[in-house]
Amino acid sequence: MSKAPKPRVKSPKTAAKGDVVTIKTTISHQMESGLRKGKDGKLIPRQIINKFEALFNGKQIMSATLYPSISANPYIDFDMKVEEAGEFEFKWFDDNGEVYTKKAKMQLEG
Amino acid sequence: MTQTTEKSQVSRRDILKIAGVGAVTVGAVALTGKAQAKPEDVTAYFKKVGGDAANASKVTVDGPEIAENGNTVPIEITVDSPQTENDYVKTIFVAAEGNPTPEVVTFNLTPNSGVARVKFRMRLAATQKVRAVAMMNDGSTFTGDKEIKVTIGGCGG
Amino acid sequence: MMMTKTKKPIALAVGMLLGLSVATAQATDDMSLHISPQSQPAPEGLEDYAHGDARSGYIYATEETRTLQDDDFENPAFLWVEKAQEQWSTPEGDANKSCQSCHGDVESMKGVGAVYPKFDPEIGDLLNLEKRINRCRSEGMQATPWKWESDELLGMTSLVKMQSRGMPVNVSIDGPAKEYFEKGMKFYNTRVGQMDLACKHCHIDQNGNYMRAELLSQGQANGFPTYRLKWQKLGSLHRRFRGCNNNIRAEKLANGSPEYMALELYVTWRGNGLPIEAPSVRK
Ligand code: HEC
Ligand code: HEC
Repeated sequence: MSKAPKPRVKSPKTAAKGDVVTIKTTISHQMESGLRKGKDGKLIPRQIINKFEALFNGKQIMSATLYPSISANPYIDFDMKVEEAGEFEFKWFDDNGEVYTKKAKMQLEG
Repeated sequence: MTQTTEKSQVSRRDILKIAGVGAVTVGAVALTGKAQAKPEDVTAYFKKVGGDAANASKVTVDGPEIAENGNTVPIEITVDSPQTENDYVKTIFVAAEGNPTPEVVTFNLTPNSGVARVKFRMRLAATQKVRAVAMMNDGSTFTGDKEIKVTIGGCGG
Repeated sequence: MMMTKTKKPIALAVGMLLGLSVATAQATDDMSLHISPQSQPAPEGLEDYAHGDARSGYIYATEETRTLQDDDFENPAFLWVEKAQEQWSTPEGDANKSCQSCHGDVESMKGVGAVYPKFDPEIGDLLNLEKRINRCRSEGMQATPWKWESDELLGMTSLVKMQSRGMPVNVSIDGPAKEYFEKGMKFYNTRVGQMDLACKHCHIDQNGNYMRAELLSQGQANGFPTYRLKWQKLGSLHRRFRGCNNNIRAEKLANGSPEYMALELYVTWRGNGLPIEAPSVRK
């Protein structure tokens, strides 16, 4: 997409201690592989999201290093074991140095 | 309506034409322009990261038998692991045998992950094997793979 | 050969072709002439994606592609829809108005997407959703209209159309719309380009057969705008028309051109009764 990449996240608002919950994430991004030629016949420079990080209350749940073989609008889903209430933080690192972040809160059930 | 039935009828010749439309090379648009990696490149890559002696068990690579388009192929990797402080998958390396470069994505998991499972979408330049190596916290490695056929569209620019 | 899975002998298909000399009234009675001479029963579980002889492209998609469409989070088109949701209530233009200022919540658009394209008596021409939205921008908001294939217009068109998701496509071809309908039908059936093929040859006659590795659908419009895996983005129906024209090495017409507007009406009407799926996911 032409405008600033937009992250989207689907994480549970509430969960019980001990649950394993699934978190789905995606961001609008071309993931320009650097291997494609433009209309002028020249290679279009690579620009991808090269790294993704998911934290909960500051602790890392998982991270990923991405390469040009990852699809446009990169989608990643993964799991977390619930220990406490708190806040997720998701970070996407762009080749151009930008970092896009998104946060989401989760409460413990009864 | 001025045309005759005759003129719009589909002929054997039409059908042959349709069959030949869009002789597009298999090669996901996003990745064209470079020679493809070979299975050996993936083996070399896994060796570099310390997974060349991986045991062919515990790792399931799940994806479509046939991908309609190589640009967006959903893949799910599951490793049989309790994912506790003492016994967990630390890293999952994913590589493709037929893309321009072997590396696809590397996941670092933690005991906080609860289970060792990740899902993502990747580009496939051609029919090929997607391979994964899981490295445990004790350094032991396991591996699995999946062959995915890629068909690519002829119509539409 | 490339043509695997031919379901019926060619001769049979030839014998059942649409005669273009048939008057509209008569032709519209027998939908099979506009859809497919060999429409198969919808596969089990996918009955909702069929209506009479009409079959949504969803039925022709693989399970993986359908799964991408089924979940509003996994469907990549929602990256555009979510932006459009913000846009809906963002004032713009010299009138400093947003869509919300005049229309209230976007839910008020329920049903609207099912009846477009539609003849607009005020301007005396056919409008599709894209053109209708851009009219609101230029007239109502006094803002610059969005470019046809822009992320903004694609996102907003999807947002408006998805308020009618699951509702049957129900475009009218009566009254002043009839002229457009006939023009569109003619275009659909006219051989063009170096390959000398018409839309109908692939989407009516060869529907259900393979073109190389591609299973030919009926070329229905109920899913548009669509996130195409090949495009790696959301795209308009007219972009698809251009792609199909290009493939048979025929002239690509301009997005929003009178020809494509008329074609949109005919193509959408062929799918009257199919559920609105926008934004869909296709290969
Ligand atoms: C200044 C007021 C105004 C603004 C602002 C405005 N519209 Fe409209 N819109 C109208 C009027 C008037 C009509 C035509 C009357 C009708 O059919 O409801 C209309 C009709 C429509 C229709 C067709 C409705 C139908 O039932 O056929 C759509 C779709 C639409 N607008 C979308 C939008 C979108 C999207 C925006 C923001 C980008 C927007 N409008 C902004 C006044 C406005
Ligand atoms: C040579 C064969 C061929 C011709 C001729 C052709 N198309 Fe297509 N069309 C395809 C293929 C292949 C696809 C992608 C697979 C499918 O949905 O059939 C497609 C897809 C479509 C779709 C998208 C369907 C969906 O569910 O998303 C539409 C709409 C469409 N075509 C309309 C047209 C129109 C209108 C014309 C005439 C201008 C036309 N096509 C001419 C081969 C053709």
